[in-house]
Amino acid sequence: MRRIIILFIVALVWPFTVSATSADHPHFKADVDVTDKASLQRGARIFMNYCMGCHSAAYMRYNRMGQDLGIEDSILQSNLMFATEKSGDTMTIAMQPGDAEKFFGTAAPDLSVIARSRGADWLLTYFMTFYRDDSRPFGVNNLAFKDVAMPHVLWELQGIQKPVYRIVKKEDGTQREVIDHLELETPGKLDSEDYKNTVNDLVNFLVYVGEPAQIQRKKTGVVVILYLLVLLVIVYLLKKEYWKDIH
Amino acid sequence: MSKLINGGVKLMSDTVGWIDERFPLTKTWNEHLAQYYAPKNFNFWYYFGSLALVVLVIQIVTGIWLTMNYKPSAEDAFASVEYIMRDVDWGWWIRYMHSTGASAFFVVIYLHMFRGLLYGSFKRPRELLWLTGMFIYLILMAEAFFGYLLPWGQMSYWGAQVIISLFGAIPFIGPELAEWIRGDYVISDVTLNRFFSFHVIAVPLVLCGLIGLHIFALHEVGSNNPDGAEIKKHKDAKGIPLDGIPFHPYYTVKDIVGTVVFLIFFCLVVFFNPEMGGYFLEHANFVPANPLKTPEHIAPVWYFTPFYAILRAVPDKLGGVIAMGAATLIFMTLPWLDRSPVRSIRYRGWKYRTALTIFAITFVTLGWLGMQVATPNVTMASRIFAVIYFLFFFLMPFYTANDTDKPVPERTT
Repeated sequence: MRRIIILFIVALVWPFTVSATSADHPHFKADVDVTDKASLQRGARIFMNYCMGCHSAAYMRYNRMGQDLGIEDSILQSNLMFATEKSGDTMTIAMQPGDAEKFFGTAAPDLSVIARSRGADWLLTYFMTFYRDDSRPFGVNNLAFKDVAMPHVLWELQGIQKPVYRIVKKEDGTQREVIDHLELETPGKLDSEDYKNTVNDLVNFLVYVGEPAQIQRKKTGVVVILYLLVLLVIVYLLKKEYWKDIH
Repeated sequence: MSKLINGGVKLMSDTVGWIDERFPLTKTWNEHLAQYYAPKNFNFWYYFGSLALVVLVIQIVTGIWLTMNYKPSAEDAFASVEYIMRDVDWGWWIRYMHSTGASAFFVVIYLHMFRGLLYGSFKRPRELLWLTGMFIYLILMAEAFFGYLLPWGQMSYWGAQVIISLFGAIPFIGPELAEWIRGDYVISDVTLNRFFSFHVIAVPLVLCGLIGLHIFALHEVGSNNPDGAEIKKHKDAKGIPLDGIPFHPYYTVKDIVGTVVFLIFFCLVVFFNPEMGGYFLEHANFVPANPLKTPEHIAPVWYFTPFYAILRAVPDKLGGVIAMGAATLIFMTLPWLDRSPVRSIRYRGWKYRTALTIFAITFVTLGWLGMQVATPNVTMASRIFAVIYFLFFFLMPFYTANDTDKPVPERTT
């Protein structure tokens, strides 16, 4: 019985321990904490100012964000809402998918649940690994998302990175150039540590937007589990009482 | 005061008496609970039948509430799920109960089936019990398959596309049949609508009916037990099995303990890890269905992957479909393949013990292989394990006929 319980716990936990796939480019690990309201507020500011020009978060309501992040309606309306007046509206944008296809070659995806499909670490890596590539329409490419259609919107914060190559020998003896790492070519407004913190806030915000209920979910969960543990003691004693005459 | 109580008791018994003259209330209660005698030696493995019922109730109740807010149209389905997750009060909780419940159903059913293999619960006289159970399993797979299209994510869409296209492999009528099932040339709004109809009414009706049959069959033949001894052989003067105890209250109070333990694990997933690392809710399913963009890697949810691995292991499409179908249906032949006089693993010889261990490892390994990208190594491994999977069944008449079985005790231990 005890062995089986241990097995159950292992089965429950092991998905956490399986690490992400290893590609040959640098990976960043996002520091996600959706209870850090200051970080979420900073992330929201970046999102509204830089992302929402092209991307919607059409399942997310402004006032829900205001409630969860502790932002008053007046501040919400004056500082974070550029597309609508009503705080009960969802975060939609004016740009039509057809326009985006004309401008960028593809529609800009809605970002409501992007953190759930891509994962926080992938998003952070994506924001960190834009690099100069003159062959691309917007002059940039990305290590996490090869030939991405999106320009490096945060370039003025990060600056421009250039790739540093290294030669690798393939199994058949031929040589191939691969990107070893990225190097800052033109500095931006923020130093690299500040930039990383900024995009980490943005990732944190996107994780929150992916599931606004997650804070409530975990809080409720603690109460539910505690209740069930107490109930377990009671029903176990009840069972023992009934079964004492069965041999 | 005591007068009042006596009056209440009399009113109660009068009411029951009134009903009993018109409907077998007390009779049913006694036959299925208070005077249904179950072996007293049930162990851990005997919780999963009642747990399957618990999960069924969870699925039906949460399903009703999801249906109140879900919109079965290609245009609105994905958005309505997110609406449930964000704008419906406690919608996220209802939805996670339902999505976790789907996986929990299969966890419980697989353990329930494995219990049957461990203790020979499929053997005479429980063949029909086993068969009704297998039909429940098949119907449950259909239910899960139909339900998985509803969130209208990329995996919903392309998973359904893959599975329905399998019907296209059937000679002559295949392509038309696949089109008839979809109601369109590709998976579309039409398909979503009919899958919704199947998922919320047609299949659950059949499921509940089969579960009724399963329980009736069980209560006719009586429960097996970890010793595999027949408790009805030894009865006292009143005709009550000596090793039997009334299901109610003994097993009702015991199953409540099992249910609470189950709910603790269930709620740990629902509240703290609802995606279960992508196994219960696949990451790619948070991208809305796009008929023009095939995902790089299409994998079914974990409970289908053993059979998916067998499907991919066969180089020919039709052959793969047949192998996959056979892999699920072959369980039904177990009562007639097993020739050992012994039910329980406790008294079986080394041959069945070894075979069952290898089979359990094979099933889990195939499940893992079915999740992987089909590289040549994965395909080769799938082939080897698919052969082992079928050998467990094909060779069963031989290795069970002359196994080193031990004598079974007359009474439960």
